Amino acid sequence: MSHAHEQAAHGGKHGTLSSYLVGFGLSLVLTLLSFGCVMTGMVPHHLIVPGLMVFCVAQVLVQLGFFLHMGIAPEQRENLMVAACALLFIAIVVIGSLWVLHNMNVYMVPGMSHG
Amino acid sequence: MFGKLSLSSIPFDQPIVMVTLLMVAIGGAALFGGITYFRKWGYLWNEWFTTVDHKKIGIMYVILALVMLLRGFADAIMMRGQQALAAAGDQGYLPPHHFDQIFSAHGTIMIFFMAMPFIVGLMNLIVPLQIGARDVAYPFLNSLSFWLTASGVVLIMLSLFIGEFSTAGWLAYPPLSELQFSPGVGVDYYIWALQLSGLGTTLSGINFIVTILRMRTPGMTLMKMPVFSWTALVTNVLIVAAFPILTVTLALLGADRYLGMHFFTNDLGGNAMMYVNLIWIWGHPEVYILMVPCFGVFSEIISTFSGKPLFGYKSMVWATVAIGVLSFLVWLHHFFTMGSGANVNAFFGIATMVISIPTGVKVFNWLFTMYRGRIRFTVPVLWTIGFMVTFVIGGMTGVLLAVPGADFVLHNSLFLIAHFHNMIIGGVVFGCLAALNFWFPKAFGFKLEERWGKWSFWCWLVGFYVAFFPLYALGFMGATRRMQHYDNPAWQPYFVVAFIGAAIIMAGIGFTVLQIAVSIRNRAANRDLTGDPWGGRTLEWATSSPAPFYNFAVLPEVSELDQFWADKEHKRAYPRHAHYADIHMPRNTGVGVVMGGLATVLGFGLIWHIWWLAILGLAGMIGAFIARSYDRDVDYYVPGAEVEKIERERLVPLSKLIDQVGAAPAEQKVA
Amino acid sequence: MNTSVITAGHDVAGHHEHHDDGSKTLLGFWIYLMSDCLIFSGLFATFAVMAHAYAGGPTGKEIFDLKYVLGETMLLLVSSFTFGMAMLNMHAGRRNKVLAWLAITFLFGAAFVGMEIHEFAALIHEGAGPDRSAFLSAYFTLVGTHGLHVTCGLIWIVVMLDMVRRHGLDAVVKRRLSCLSLFWHFLDVIWICVFTFVYLHGVL
Repeated sequence: MSHAHEQAAHGGKHGTLSSYLVGFGLSLVLTLLSFGCVMTGMVPHHLIVPGLMVFCVAQVLVQLGFFLHMGIAPEQRENLMVAACALLFIAIVVIGSLWVLHNMNVYMVPGMSHG
Repeated sequence: MFGKLSLSSIPFDQPIVMVTLLMVAIGGAALFGGITYFRKWGYLWNEWFTTVDHKKIGIMYVILALVMLLRGFADAIMMRGQQALAAAGDQGYLPPHHFDQIFSAHGTIMIFFMAMPFIVGLMNLIVPLQIGARDVAYPFLNSLSFWLTASGVVLIMLSLFIGEFSTAGWLAYPPLSELQFSPGVGVDYYIWALQLSGLGTTLSGINFIVTILRMRTPGMTLMKMPVFSWTALVTNVLIVAAFPILTVTLALLGADRYLGMHFFTNDLGGNAMMYVNLIWIWGHPEVYILMVPCFGVFSEIISTFSGKPLFGYKSMVWATVAIGVLSFLVWLHHFFTMGSGANVNAFFGIATMVISIPTGVKVFNWLFTMYRGRIRFTVPVLWTIGFMVTFVIGGMTGVLLAVPGADFVLHNSLFLIAHFHNMIIGGVVFGCLAALNFWFPKAFGFKLEERWGKWSFWCWLVGFYVAFFPLYALGFMGATRRMQHYDNPAWQPYFVVAFIGAAIIMAGIGFTVLQIAVSIRNRAANRDLTGDPWGGRTLEWATSSPAPFYNFAVLPEVSELDQFWADKEHKRAYPRHAHYADIHMPRNTGVGVVMGGLATVLGFGLIWHIWWLAILGLAGMIGAFIARSYDRDVDYYVPGAEVEKIERERLVPLSKLIDQVGAAPAEQKVA
Repeated sequence: MNTSVITAGHDVAGHHEHHDDGSKTLLGFWIYLMSDCLIFSGLFATFAVMAHAYAGGPTGKEIFDLKYVLGETMLLLVSSFTFGMAMLNMHAGRRNKVLAWLAITFLFGAAFVGMEIHEFAALIHEGAGPDRSAFLSAYFTLVGTHGLHVTCGLIWIVVMLDMVRRHGLDAVVKRRLSCLSLFWHFLDVIWICVFTFVYLHGVL
């Protein structure tokens, strides 16, 4: 197996000690921020849910970038396309199910409309 | 020790089942004895069971599908017979519990164990040849996929004789399929047969995506890929996206039944509509998983036999992709009557109607391909034309059902049954049989007899209309699906006509079997020496029939869409090379068949609550898989000299043949 | 098939086309991970639909101990980092360090699974088992499926430890470690969604 092949196999980079440390540090901070939002009680109530969403998405991106080495390099195009496809289907499944079931509850089970 | 299993699990009191059991036992013993007598076990094991050759795996899938077609059809004609009899007080010959098992088994078998294996088998057989690859990306995984599917088949066939099958319909809606209302093992057979075969299908989906993305021959860009391979790519993306949802849905139902959870129960917060929602998120893409490759089959056939390139290749590709995406946005049209609001129903109704646009694009492309072509009316073409007419009619009744208001009237009526049989028989079954006739010579090296093929086609076509058009009428008259008997004597004549239609279809199936048998007997007369019996356009016809195990001695270079056709035009088809390189091939392995067997053990243990057996099966599967990962001797090289010998045996007589009759020998022979 | 074949390592023209250079396997594994993602998306959707179906039983606020969950999260996060260290050493070709970091990763992963089993056992003991309500069914199934994946990862680590010991860091072992690395980090990504949507969102 030639070295060029191996490079392609890993999207051209494997990360370095410092990139792993940065990724680990960012994840740690974001995790603590997420838990802090809820546990400390210092965050205004209407900001908690948006805050959680932001930290969640940020940390997922950090993990994908620093640990799974996803990037926008051309040799990663296939991986990215597969991931984009998956994201579309996930969105359809989750949002679609919630919409359909919520709508049914509103019309058919009025008592349950909050859920 | 044996869980819920005891001798009383075998339905001795049901004569129909016992007679079937007897026949299967005699037939099985004859088969077993025959193989032993002719000492073919070694051959079967070495050449077929342990094979990782995509062509042989494809053939095994198709044989499995044809066998299950017989089983599924037996269920169908029993239902038609029952409903033709059981009018106005008559109970017919099938008691309700048996009738319920039959309609559940019919749907489950036809979709999961007839149509799916047929489609996966076709993709196995053709896709690597069409894209100029030597095998699929993961040959061992391919063998494992097949044997997992086979283990699902074994479980579902066992349910006929040991215990019972589900009575909850082919999608096992809760709460009926919950333990409270279905305490027997029927639903458990359903769950585990589908989980095992579904796992196999997901694995082959991944396998084919990587094969198509990574293993195309040099020069074949995605937009120079034959249309059948394109439809296979879209289908496999749908498989990988949809089948995990089926796995989840059945796992949650299993959790309810085995662990006392409350996902879909009536009490403690369960929500049965969530099951219906989830199963159709898988279920609607599933019908396109079956249909889309058949679109590819018809495209290949119609351009080959019209002697023209496919009209609107690019629009065909984009229509396929569009259908793939849209198929994920319409699932709610299966349960408009659930009671969602007008906005939800309107969204899904409109999305459903939108699908008819790319489908219409395809139909017009086929028509324009035929326009001014020199069409040869071979058996595959008959199936294709029969499909186009039937499918368009079914599509129109589908658009009618897509109107939520109309659906409220027609939901669960026989109109619906007529509609989806119109699509699945007219589309998928006709497509599979067209493909069988079209690619049979590529798989076996000789053509199927035209005469019995035409008989089969006409019986199927006429039988379909006679069997299902009365059901449209019955739907309008208010007849619902799954009735063991009915009170209204005015319906009976329609049911009798439908039964006659089913009998005509039975003749069609009989002629297909006869066609295969006669063709095998007369194979010497129908031999395909060129590898190109129809005047084909794509790469699978460039190699010999049957293709050598390495597919292509030298990977073909591709610079245009119908490469093989262009090569024949420019007299550069069938090149002979001075030097053949060694070819790297995967080695056969028995791990797939062993894991399939252990999966059957696992499923059987779970169904009958024989926990030690289930643990044994699972541990065995994991152990076999790990053991396989230690096996380093998984591939070998075919020496170039041997490749040269095989190629010479084909090409030397072939060049004489070509000299005799000109550049496109096969076309002349057919014409 | 045929018998006159040889297995020696060749260097021939046809070699590069069909010999898996690892990138094919990694692409396939990545597609598998995406299909696994869809399994989790089905479970998340079910959890979201059943999130308030308490059926008179305990609510998330009553049963979730966030400090405990933070502990679990830390274990998984550290294990992700230690696996990264194993991968760095793999690329540097340091076999013994790979073994050491894999073993450390295994310990953290095993501790995570241990904590989760303890949490589940305590809930069932309190009468808040998966058969109590649809909410709890969905909770146990979603979190349990993640735990099952981690357990599979642990088995895989054990197999890889043995394989590295036997075969060293050859191409096949490296390819498999790369897949395992993707798998392990992927489980971390899933867990981020679990603690956000199940635990943190659940106690609000």
